[in-house]
Amino acid sequence: MTNLTHMSIADALKGLESKDFTAVELAQAHIDAVAAAKDLNAFVTETPEIALKQAKESDKRRSAGKAGALDGIPLAIKDLFCTKGVQTTASSHILEGFIPQYESTVTANLFADGAVMLGKTNLDEFAMGSSNTTSYFGNVVNPWKGADGKDLVPGGSSGGSAAIVAARGAMGATGTDTGGSIRQPASFCGIIGMKPTYGRCSRWGVVAFASSLDHPGPFARSVEDCALLLNSMAGHDPKDSTSAQRDVPDFAAALTGDIKGLKIGIPKEYHADGMSDEIEKLWQQGMDWLKESGAEAVEISLPHTKYSLPAYYIIAPAEASSNLARYDGVRYGLREDGEDLREMYENTRAAGFGDEVKRRIMIGTYALSAGYYDAYYIKAQKVRRLILEDFDKAFEQCDAILTPTTPSAAFPIGENEDDPIKMYLNDIFTVTANLAGIPALSVPAGLDANGLPLGLQIITKAWDEETAFKVGGVIEEKAGFTALPQTLAQKAA
Amino acid sequence: MAQLTKGKTGEWETVIGMEVHAQVIAESKLFSGASTKFGADPNSQVSLVDAAMPGMLPVLNEHVVEQAIKTGLGINSKVNRTSVFARKNYFYPDLPQGYQISQFDKPIVGEGKIEIDLKDGTVKEIGITRMHLEQDAGKSLHDQHPTKSYVDLNRSGCALMEIVSEPDIRGPEEAAAYISKLRMILRYLGTCDGNMDEGSMRADVNISVRKPGGELGTRAEIKNVNSVKAVQQSIDFEVARQIEILEDGGEIKQETRLWDPDKNETRSMRSKEEAHDYRYFPDPDLLPLELSQEQIDAIKKTLPELPDEKKHRFIGEFGLSAYDASVLIAERSRADYYETVAKDRDAKLAANWVINELLGILNKNDQDILDAPIKAEQLGGLISLISDNTISGKIAKDVFAEMYKTGNDAAAIVEEKGLKQVTDTDAIEAVIDEVIAENPDNVAAYQGGKDKLFGFFVGQVMKKSQGKANPAAVNELLKKKLS
Amino acid sequence: MSMDKKTVRKVAGLARIKMDDAELETMAPQLSKIIDWIEQLSEVNTDNVKPLANVVSIDLPLREDKITDGDCADKVLTNAPEEVQNFFVVSKIVE
Ligand SMILES: [Mg+2]
Ligand SMILES: [Zn+2]
Repeated sequence: MTNLTHMSIADALKGLESKDFTAVELAQAHIDAVAAAKDLNAFVTETPEIALKQAKESDKRRSAGKAGALDGIPLAIKDLFCTKGVQTTASSHILEGFIPQYESTVTANLFADGAVMLGKTNLDEFAMGSSNTTSYFGNVVNPWKGADGKDLVPGGSSGGSAAIVAARGAMGATGTDTGGSIRQPASFCGIIGMKPTYGRCSRWGVVAFASSLDHPGPFARSVEDCALLLNSMAGHDPKDSTSAQRDVPDFAAALTGDIKGLKIGIPKEYHADGMSDEIEKLWQQGMDWLKESGAEAVEISLPHTKYSLPAYYIIAPAEASSNLARYDGVRYGLREDGEDLREMYENTRAAGFGDEVKRRIMIGTYALSAGYYDAYYIKAQKVRRLILEDFDKAFEQCDAILTPTTPSAAFPIGENEDDPIKMYLNDIFTVTANLAGIPALSVPAGLDANGLPLGLQIITKAWDEETAFKVGGVIEEKAGFTALPQTLAQKAA
Repeated sequence: MAQLTKGKTGEWETVIGMEVHAQVIAESKLFSGASTKFGADPNSQVSLVDAAMPGMLPVLNEHVVEQAIKTGLGINSKVNRTSVFARKNYFYPDLPQGYQISQFDKPIVGEGKIEIDLKDGTVKEIGITRMHLEQDAGKSLHDQHPTKSYVDLNRSGCALMEIVSEPDIRGPEEAAAYISKLRMILRYLGTCDGNMDEGSMRADVNISVRKPGGELGTRAEIKNVNSVKAVQQSIDFEVARQIEILEDGGEIKQETRLWDPDKNETRSMRSKEEAHDYRYFPDPDLLPLELSQEQIDAIKKTLPELPDEKKHRFIGEFGLSAYDASVLIAERSRADYYETVAKDRDAKLAANWVINELLGILNKNDQDILDAPIKAEQLGGLISLISDNTISGKIAKDVFAEMYKTGNDAAAIVEEKGLKQVTDTDAIEAVIDEVIAENPDNVAAYQGGKDKLFGFFVGQVMKKSQGKANPAAVNELLKKKLS
Repeated sequence: MSMDKKTVRKVAGLARIKMDDAELETMAPQLSKIIDWIEQLSEVNTDNVKPLANVVSIDLPLREDKITDGDCADKVLTNAPEEVQNFFVVSKIVE
């Protein structure tokens, strides 16, 4: 029998349909793979019983000829999506033990299409981080190893999701991307990650970090799989006032490979200081592949790129400081008693939040406070408009923009910990798309000198995920990225 | 005219601005589908959105927006084409999100004004600064347990309109007139039930005193003022308190004070003393609310006739006194009732009957005009019987009493009880003859010049005819027979 | 340094996060460094630029005024740290 955990979703769907294997077998294979990948600490909560139950039902549906678009496909769910009856923590102590009585729209959509849930994946606490080292439940380990065998970060914040998909413990996963939290871990783990247009996937039932920047999106090991997942996750949700009433196109159908005449923008400002030659080379390689396929390179300018991270680090913490005010020990989650009510709040929040979350709440509170609001918050919002306008202008000249996803490959756990700003710079290439709310896809394009994956990012106009998938599909094909994380390669050998 | 208060050092002028919170009449909450009904079991009208569960998002209630537009137009204020919902951040157990969704620098309604009627017959304009929509908070109960407070979120998220006045109010009478007028307008519009007992309307009263015409003084904000009476009492108390402090050489602290209706005093709210920094910012879960001029105009067309217009029309169209008109327009239901009674009838007579008889008995029995056992059309029927001389005014009072008791039509009662006025001259003459025959002494005295006795004969005739004799006919015939 | 200990203490109070002196000492320079780095925004000329709060280009959706939710006290209270007779319970609020 084929290796059930190494298949693509598209192939698995075919296999299920032709009865090569059952959903239960597929689920069991992944449950075993999850168990084998225990060392990665990719999950906060594993739900094998739910997976098997869902798989059984899936098999029944399929026999009855009522299989959905993702029927029987085992997925990992970022523990930021509220799942009915299953603990949802946002990897924070303050939500430990919280059992939502509701299902997020995105996961509900996936389950309605027949997807199977393997568990809730670990993340940076409240999705605040780029290394998955801020989780209350311990850091996630990247299945790819450093040259010296060192444990590496999987990226963040959706590190658990990326790591388990890369480790073949799940066929796909959900993530959320506020500043790069899908694309950066996808790049670090050698898989595909898509941040769709803001308003494409509902935020209802997703624990909020920064409402105007949070984007749910999928992880998978092929561009096509990623498109299939997004198809299921996306759609208008009347419960989310920022969800757009737009038809969801057949994203997978966009993967024609035909990019003839497409204009690909290369932003000159992305040649960031100290970008490694390797990344520079890979980027060039990516452009060459696209040209070979008939696309045309255009130099574009995104002049405010440099200011995107500082603007982000006002807007996101400001929104977060308010979004996280509900964690007060009154209605759910952790409560640490105190002499009086105020002390109860202060003790609860001091004990419940980790350092990075506290730092961001503090920055956000400060930026919104009397006397600083205009200088920081309003200023950042103005810069945000300039960044959006940069893209508007760029898309007058091109159909898609190609950039590296990250300024480096995955780094060892513990590195960059001493300096928050160094950590923040991980998102330098990804954060602009969040500020502008436009689609961006990361596709693994090669390995660095240490044998670690590196991704390229394709950014397109709002609502044009199809072009991103189309261009991403060409890169995928040209790159022929088949490398396996060392842990799996060893096992395979 | 400004009302001045005498202190030891001379006269003081009171300056008042009010923030009135009015709960919007709507089935469901401002941003969730939970019910707004009053008095339900604890936390039974709470959605996961109202409880601020992680990942829950607000969706704006269309009807509430229309209600706010209506109210803005009804208080002669500018409806803003663009308004923005903002978060007001503070921690409190009855505020589940840790912020209140409100409107800050871009409210749905801007400047305007309303007129208040004062006792001396003058009319004064009170400026409206703004009106915005916001979420109500939940309720904390402090008297259920010695060391605990209990939190009920049923009200959490109900839609409120906060109507902010200019500091144009000059004393307790004006303040009472302002809130009463506001209440009347909102009830006319059907945008707030004005039920102050249930907290659907609450006032925060900002009070300061100054020497007449002098610089504005430091103000105290009195919270939790829940009746027109409490508005007046809290102002009286607070003005006296402030004058005493100032006259003793002290300073007024800018603070929030709580009105205690049991002790009849205001006291400082310690918990609110801490300097607030609400960190308002636009709610990223909601986009700006854009209204089209057509939409505003369409709502304008649906506005009912408002109290002031109605009052002037009643005076002009029906020839009522200003006093009668203002009594009749105080409630829209009352005015509607009156208009039905008065339609194609003697409007002044109708006003007398509605005000003196109907409202009198309803008041006595603590009944609302909507529950009156006599429907407007029925009272109209009674008025018609008086006007066409079917019954006398006196008989009409008995018929009215019977109508109130039974709910029957006037005509039916008159018919059934045989109360029709007797206009038949022969019949009346027969009664008169009887009376003359029975009272020879009085006849002699009358004829001897004691004119005052005429009334006696009228009374006797009416009595004998059980009030049914037509008084005019009685008069005429009596005069003839006695001469 | 843009955020001194006193400011950090005040902000921690607004955010209701207990911080002892040692934490304030560590936090202050960290936050200052971040704020200093953010200060580079002042280089950007934003004259006549309107602030951008949200990028999605749709009209604010409105909901019909119908009762579609609530009546689920069990769901609302199931995760409560302390609950009595369907009330959330907290230490006494002093007013
Ligand atoms: Mg107020
Ligand atoms: Zn208010």
